[in-house]
Amino acid sequence: MSDTLSARTITITGAGGDEIEAYLARPEGEREPGPRGGVVVIHHMPGYDRATKEMVRRFAELGYDAICPNLYHREAPGASPDDAAAVARAQGGVPDARLVGDVEGAAAYLRGLDTGNGKVAVIGHCSGGRHAVLAACHLDLQAAIDCYGAFVTGEVPPERPTTNLVDQLPNLSAPLLGLFGNEDVHPSVAEVDELEQILTDQGSTYEFHRYDDAGHAFFAVDRPSYRVAAANDGWERIAGFLSTHLA
Amino acid sequence: MCTYTTETARMDGSAKGPGSAWFHVTDATVYFDHPVHAMADHTLNIDLADPAKGPGARVGLELTATSARELVIAIEAALAGVPQELLT
Repeated sequence: MSDTLSARTITITGAGGDEIEAYLARPEGEREPGPRGGVVVIHHMPGYDRATKEMVRRFAELGYDAICPNLYHREAPGASPDDAAAVARAQGGVPDARLVGDVEGAAAYLRGLDTGNGKVAVIGHCSGGRHAVLAACHLDLQAAIDCYGAFVTGEVPPERPTTNLVDQLPNLSAPLLGLFGNEDVHPSVAEVDELEQILTDQGSTYEFHRYDDAGHAFFAVDRPSYRVAAANDGWERIAGFLSTHLA
Repeated sequence: MCTYTTETARMDGSAKGPGSAWFHVTDATVYFDHPVHAMADHTLNIDLADPAKGPGARVGLELTATSARELVIAIEAALAGVPQELLT
């Protein structure tokens, strides 16, 4: 771990060969020569925002090359994160196949770095939690972290323009860390139970932690939903999980 | 949670937006989700926008559910007092 790092905006190749913006943070200095693993951070529905970029830098501080693709770059290149999120939402959101392609491109970028050890994890919060599981069902990843992603399991109302991932979970190839609040409604405790049962039945490697006095978005330090005890423990679980699977 | 559900409506009007400039509003999107700025876990969000002018041509509102319902009531009340011939 080092507090010396660099962070910048780059361009990567995403789904369909599209050139998209991404935020990259890397450890620097003689104490961090590599090789090391990489982390793809999937931003939440409100966008490629400051809070998400802070998380990207935190992964670099933990000793990993970390990258967050701007999932809304195609709809609103150069726009502020909230404006881009509004445009993307108005246009129907991010298609699942495109998300997988963008994560694939981000993972390939990390593996191509001279410090890369070839191992890549994916993490997401909220809608990004579902996206992290989705990506891990389709890509060669060494770890996946789902922070309170809704609609991984459970019934999805027909008016919602998304689906659950139940039919794709048999393809989950990476160990999964799940972090959930017991006061959350989506995913509810029952939906997390359903996911855990599926993972148990299919013999997946997983680790779930559920927090009392925490609901949705308990990691979000800039929102009223922030719960310091759950978030602090969650970060420790994340660090431990990555050190196990990206070494 | 992110509800994913987004209601849309065509608009014809104006809004005062970025840089204190007025612009023609052509579209509205309405959804209940995380706010960017409001101190609430979830809010009823309204974007009044002109997509033809780019992502920045937008006025965003983030209202608590109670506030949103109060706004709906106020709008309906304001319209209810208008002579029919003026409502187009």
